[in-house]
Amino acid sequence: MLGKTLKELSEALNKKEFSSAELTQFYLDRIRKYDDDICAFNYINENVINQAKAVDEKRAKGDTLPVYAGIPMALKDLIIQKDMPATCSSKILEGFVPPFQGTAAQLLEDAGFLCLGKLSMDEFAMGSSNETAYRKKTRNPWDTSRVPGGSSGGSAASVAAGLTTFALGSDTGGSIRQPASLCGITGLKPTYGRVSRFGLIAFASSLDQIGPMTSNISDNAAILSVIGKYDKKDSTSLNVAQEDYTKYLTGDVKGMKIGVPKEYFAEGIASDVRECVNNAIKAYEGMGCEIVEISMPHTEYAVATYYIIATAEASSNLGRYDGIRFGFRAEADNLKEMFYESRSQGFGDEVKRRIMLGTYVLSAGYYDAYYIKAQKVRTLIKQDFVNAFEKVDAIICPTSPTTAFKAGEKMSDPLQMYLSDINTISLNLYGGCGLSMPCGFGADGMPVGVQLLGKYFDEGRLYNLAYAFEQQAKLPVMPEKLK
Amino acid sequence: MSYEPVIGLEVHVQMSTDSKIFCTCSNKFGSEPNTNVCPVCLGMPGVLPVLNEKVVEYTVKAGLALNCQIRKKSVFARKNYFYPDLPKAYQISQYELPICEHGYIDIELEDGTQKRIGITRIHIEEDAGKLNHEAGCSLVDLNRTGTPLMEIVSEPDLRSAEEAKAYLMKLKTILEYIEVSDCNMEEGSMRCDANVSIRPDSNAPFGTRAEIKNVNSFRNVERAIKYEQKRQEKVLNEGGKIVQETRLFNADTGITASMRGKEDAHDYRYFPDPDLVPIVLEDKFIDDLKEWMPELPDAKRARFMSEYGLSGMDADFLVSAKAYGQYFEQAVKAHNNPKAVCNWIMGELMRRLNDKQCTIFEAGISPENLAEIVKLIDEGKISGNIAKQVFDETAETGKNPSEIVAEKGLVQNSNEDELEAIVKQVLDANPAETERFKGGEVKLQGFFMGQIMKASKGKANPAVVAPLLKKLTS
Ligand SMILES: [Zn+2]
Repeated sequence: MLGKTLKELSEALNKKEFSSAELTQFYLDRIRKYDDDICAFNYINENVINQAKAVDEKRAKGDTLPVYAGIPMALKDLIIQKDMPATCSSKILEGFVPPFQGTAAQLLEDAGFLCLGKLSMDEFAMGSSNETAYRKKTRNPWDTSRVPGGSSGGSAASVAAGLTTFALGSDTGGSIRQPASLCGITGLKPTYGRVSRFGLIAFASSLDQIGPMTSNISDNAAILSVIGKYDKKDSTSLNVAQEDYTKYLTGDVKGMKIGVPKEYFAEGIASDVRECVNNAIKAYEGMGCEIVEISMPHTEYAVATYYIIATAEASSNLGRYDGIRFGFRAEADNLKEMFYESRSQGFGDEVKRRIMLGTYVLSAGYYDAYYIKAQKVRTLIKQDFVNAFEKVDAIICPTSPTTAFKAGEKMSDPLQMYLSDINTISLNLYGGCGLSMPCGFGADGMPVGVQLLGKYFDEGRLYNLAYAFEQQAKLPVMPEKLK
Repeated sequence: MSYEPVIGLEVHVQMSTDSKIFCTCSNKFGSEPNTNVCPVCLGMPGVLPVLNEKVVEYTVKAGLALNCQIRKKSVFARKNYFYPDLPKAYQISQYELPICEHGYIDIELEDGTQKRIGITRIHIEEDAGKLNHEAGCSLVDLNRTGTPLMEIVSEPDLRSAEEAKAYLMKLKTILEYIEVSDCNMEEGSMRCDANVSIRPDSNAPFGTRAEIKNVNSFRNVERAIKYEQKRQEKVLNEGGKIVQETRLFNADTGITASMRGKEDAHDYRYFPDPDLVPIVLEDKFIDDLKEWMPELPDAKRARFMSEYGLSGMDADFLVSAKAYGQYFEQAVKAHNNPKAVCNWIMGELMRRLNDKQCTIFEAGISPENLAEIVKLIDEGKISGNIAKQVFDETAETGKNPSEIVAEKGLVQNSNEDELEAIVKQVLDANPAETERFKGGEVKLQGFFMGQIMKASKGKANPAVVAPLLKKLTS
């Protein structure tokens, strides 16, 4: 059952090659076998097997079923699935079970998918290694002494280890693409406004976006076709028609113009990563694409800009965790102390660091110098993309400066950690779409990812390009030992 | 030394939309605690606000009625602070780009002149929940969370507590006319904070101001401002300095007490709310609302004076509530005697409204009933005294006034022969008074009219009786 695309799984279920219960049990068994080492799951839905059996019964009766009926998947633990815990890998949300359904989870349910459980992540999506998680610090399936990346580390690792067919993650500054790159899978950050944020626990509202994390391009396109839908419940959702993105998987990319921004190949990019990405560029050239060198001069300000805007929004978004209505509450003698203690004990260091930073940049006297200035620079960074897309159809660059690093290596140095996202952050500030896919292996044998960036609502073009490369490169997508 | 007060008001008005501002919960007042709530207004993780378009419509209506400029593009901002009644730890409000600005309303001063009071801005925001303090604990009720509010901020143009009250009353009347709020201060659907400072004379620069919070009736606005004015005068006269602070008014004691100083003022860390897109208004939207706008109190007052020949005082009364004017015009349409109809509304009908604590259309007397009563008087069919009796009977039984008059034989007696007999009878029964009256003691006129009325059971037509009395005593 491993290695089949969602389309193939759907056909196999329809032909009754195996049942949904068998498929679901297969994944539950794998989770039981491997997740002690990988630590991807915050929560396993024990009821999923009964849901699978119910689908099998309907299928046996000849009921009309949605196309992906009875296929199990998993969700990052900040995506709301009704009646399942949603902790954001934070102590402060322990015990919180949302009584309402999120839009992405609902669309997946409507398409027939079953939810295996919830996946670990950096606490409140703040981190690039999954090490800020309160409980499950996920490890990289290719080498469990290494991190899976973050913040969607649990999602990336669970897909790479074959513990689920696919997973949803979320990307605020690279949180889908960077772990996808480090775990050797495909992750897409859709255009801001493509996927509803209703049911996505907010980190930074103007940057957050849910996206699919899959073991191949076809699955990725299939899932975005399901969840990429306008939603009235999200005022920032854009009323753009839903698309079947699988129609772009033609293999024909001839004449496409691909930009190579020199700023994305700066000093910090490891030589083995550089080499793999250059090979991918050559492959595109070989497929008839035109490679154009471009410049995006404001890239160097992206990390600073991002950490002002994202933390400002986060400091406000995370105010609601006060111990009163849900999650963790510290014992205290009075209200003020209860606020202080619940938040002091409930949040981890990285989250506190960002709340303080965000509070500072919004404070009277500093607002103009930081927040307003950052918004102005954001406009300049957007303009870089707009200018680039006047010349080229897509941009290509490394996703992460390095392959997966060792656990603990960067935890003591937040700035080093922030630089892991140096090539992914600008896109969130612009709001366009970006995809990371495997393009080879580094000197350490760890996967290397290449990133394709596109303009607003141009996901179809990214899938077109990615699919052509995937078909040609034929890279292994799962560590041999886990097969 | 005497001082001039300078007052500006910040008025929060709850809009009477069916649902809340950012979710579909009911916006009803007085439900069981925490029943009109959902994940959105509870501020659960993962939810998003969606603006109720009615809220924009209501606020633009208010902006137009208060002569404001309407901003075509306005933005929501987050006001961040921790409080148990604020689930998200921020209130969605408007800060730098409010939807309405630069308006005014005219108020009538006691000397009959008008004064224009500037309105700085009107912005949209959501209400917070409510804390109910019970013995030893505070209970949170989040029904009110997400109730749409407009905050109407005046310029510091008010110069007395009376002006402040007049401004508030006028504001309430206008907002009721356009049906965007019931403006009930007692239920909290209209709440007022007052910024008060004093200065030696009207040319001096503004003094340091205190913000008075928690003023919840028209009377208390007056009381709170007067108290604060005196307090500040005392401080200055004793050589002290006014400090910028927020003070709380206590309605039981009638005094204001310091709540927090300037140094403890919150830093709300306002920034544009990234979960909401700017409100962008099209010209047609605004034009349609202009078109919709009903006749407002000032225009109605002028028309009532010119069209019906009413005095300014009468017109003021009739426009003070939208329903009064409607009732009045409906009655006048049925019987064209505006002055008399107005007097009946101001007198008997208001008395009944007070007794029954009901609205004008619930008093049991329709405008047509009232018109009929006035008509019966005008046609000489009943006397004023009888009319009051008919009024009460109509209200109690729901029967038509003429029906009651016919049934009970209340028709006024204008028959000269019959009345002459009654007059003679009264004169004969009171020989001493008759002599004095004939001798020129004119004030006995009232005595005789009363006796005649009594003898005729109130039915004698005074207009017929008066000349008869004169004839028979000369
Ligand atoms: Zn609600």
